Parts: sequence; structure tokens; C-alpha cells
Amino acid sequence: MYKIAVMGDYDSIYGFATLGLDTFPEEDREEAAKTLHRLADDEYGVIYMTEELAALLGDELKRYDDRLLPAIILIPGIKGNTGAGIAGVKKSVEQAVGSDILFGED
Amino acid sequence: MARTQVNPTRMELTRLKRKLVTAVKGHRLLKDKRDELMREFLDLVRENMELRKRVEQGITDANRNFVVAKAGMSEEILRTALMAPKQEVYLKQSSKNVMSVDIPVFDFTTRTADTNDIYSYGFAFTSGDLDQAVKSLSDVLPDMMRLAEVEKSCRLMASEIEKTRRRVNALEHVIIPETQEGIRYITMKLDENERSTQVRLMKVKDMMLEEAHKYSEKQNS
Repeated sequence: MYKIAVMGDYDSIYGFATLGLDTFPEEDREEAAKTLHRLADDEYGVIYMTEELAALLGDELKRYDDRLLPAIILIPGIKGNTGAGIAGVKKSVEQAVGSDILFGED
Repeated sequence: MARTQVNPTRMELTRLKRKLVTAVKGHRLLKDKRDELMREFLDLVRENMELRKRVEQGITDANRNFVVAKAGMSEEILRTALMAPKQEVYLKQSSKNVMSVDIPVFDFTTRTADTNDIYSYGFAFTSGDLDQAVKSLSDVLPDMMRLAEVEKSCRLMASEIEKTRRRVNALEHVIIPETQEGIRYITMKLDENERSTQVRLMKVKDMMLEEAHKYSEKQNS
């Protein structure tokens, strides 16, 4: 049985607590990285993370790319959509196909 | 092409031929794997994009609602209202094997079956906007769960496709041509050796006949 975590700045994520997801307000890079690794080794299967925090963490997320769990999914924060989530999808198309043939036009 | 040194022996030839058969078979299998993975991937990634757009839109809308809700009441009341969540979400994870790639399948259950059981506060001190906001966020949740599953699958499959593609290309453009080149080289070398042996034998035979019958002396006399 796994749990679901949400990470990001407090204002972006406090709403998720009502749905029963565990929220972890983090804005500092070091602290967030520590929390992330703890959650990943703990029983969290899905970690939703705001795009801003993900941009801050950068390479720390890479080590979970090849692992089945946890799935780290980017969500837009309260400051708006940075497009990092869409870029991630495009990147996986690029990795698989060689170039972005599906979503290149938009 | 820069070729590694091969010994022109029959044993090496047999070895190379066997290697070529394996390489061709492997190449065919990997190519099939790549094509099938690609087909699955393209379907999945389209769904991924669609879901992501929907989820991002949903969350953005929900965030906007939360801002409105926050504006309508004091910070303390809001924090208190959301402090003790009523609902809990559990996640059951199993994995599905698609062409030797393990992809996760998420199955989520909420603690209480009632989807409206998300308001962790009495309605007396909070504004109606907060109810709206919480509702709008809760509507996005199923899509978010599906997104997690699909996006993780896409990422895992993408890296597997990349690996498989490299292997296919390495076999197709390096291993197989090199082996064929090696086989050709050995066959030629062996043929050449055979010819030179034949010539040598003929020459020796001539010399031996000459020795026995002294043709040239008879001709001269």
C-alpha cells in the first residue's frame, strides 16, 4: 500500500491536503532534496511536485527516472504554468523517436 | 572499413558464420520489439499529453479558486479549516509488462467511498468559495492519478526504446557488416590458399615426372 505526496510551496499545495494527499511544503533546495529522498525511500508511490520546485531541484530528480517507483509528476504551482510538464512529455517523445514528431507544431 | 584482425582459419569461419546467424536473428527480434514498443508508446504519449493539458488546466483553475477563497477569509481560519483532512487516499501499485518493460499500474482507493466527503471543516466560518475550490481540486484527482501512471510509463518506455534502438542500430550498421566482411575475408583467403596449394602440387608433380623420365633430355637428343 503506497501513499501519495505533494511537494511545493505552501500556497500551491495546501488544497491537496483536503483530498487526503500528504503535503510537504518545501521551498529550500537542500531541505526539499532531503525530503524527496526520504519520501522516495519511504512508502510514497507518487510524488506530485510543483514545476518551480522541480526546477530548483534539477538533477536530484534524475535518479528516479529509471525507477518504477516513485513516479514524480510535475504540476503547475500557484504562480502559473511554466510549461515544464509539457516539456517533459516532449522530451520523452524526443528520447524515444529521435525528434519530436507529435507535438512539434504547438 | 577498419577491420579487426581475424585469423583466416576454418574454425574462425565457422565461428563467424554462427555469430552472423545469431546477430541476424537478434536484430530481427529487437527490431520487432522496437516497433511494438513504439506503437504502444505513441498511443500512450498522446494520452499523456491530453491528460497533462487537462490536469494542468484543472489545477490552475483550482488554484485560482483557492486564491479567491483565501481572499474571502483570514489566513488562520483557512489553515484551521484545512488542518485535519477527512479523506485519505491509498494507492495500490502493480506492474504490467509491456515488451519486457515494467510499467506501473496504479489503483487508488479513498478511505471513505463518498466522493463528497472532502470538506474537512464545518461550513460556519468558511466562505462558499472554499467549498468550490476544494471541489474543483477533487474533480481533477482521478485525472491526476491516471496522469501519474501514464507519464511514468511513458518515461520508462522512452528510455527502453532508446536503448533498443541503439542496439538495433549497432547490430544493423556495425556488427552484421563487420561479420560479413570477416567471413568474406576468410573465404577469400582460404580460396587463395587452396589455389596456391594446387599450383604448388602441379609444379611438384611436374618436377617429379621430370626427375623420373628425363623428358627434357630426350627432347634435346
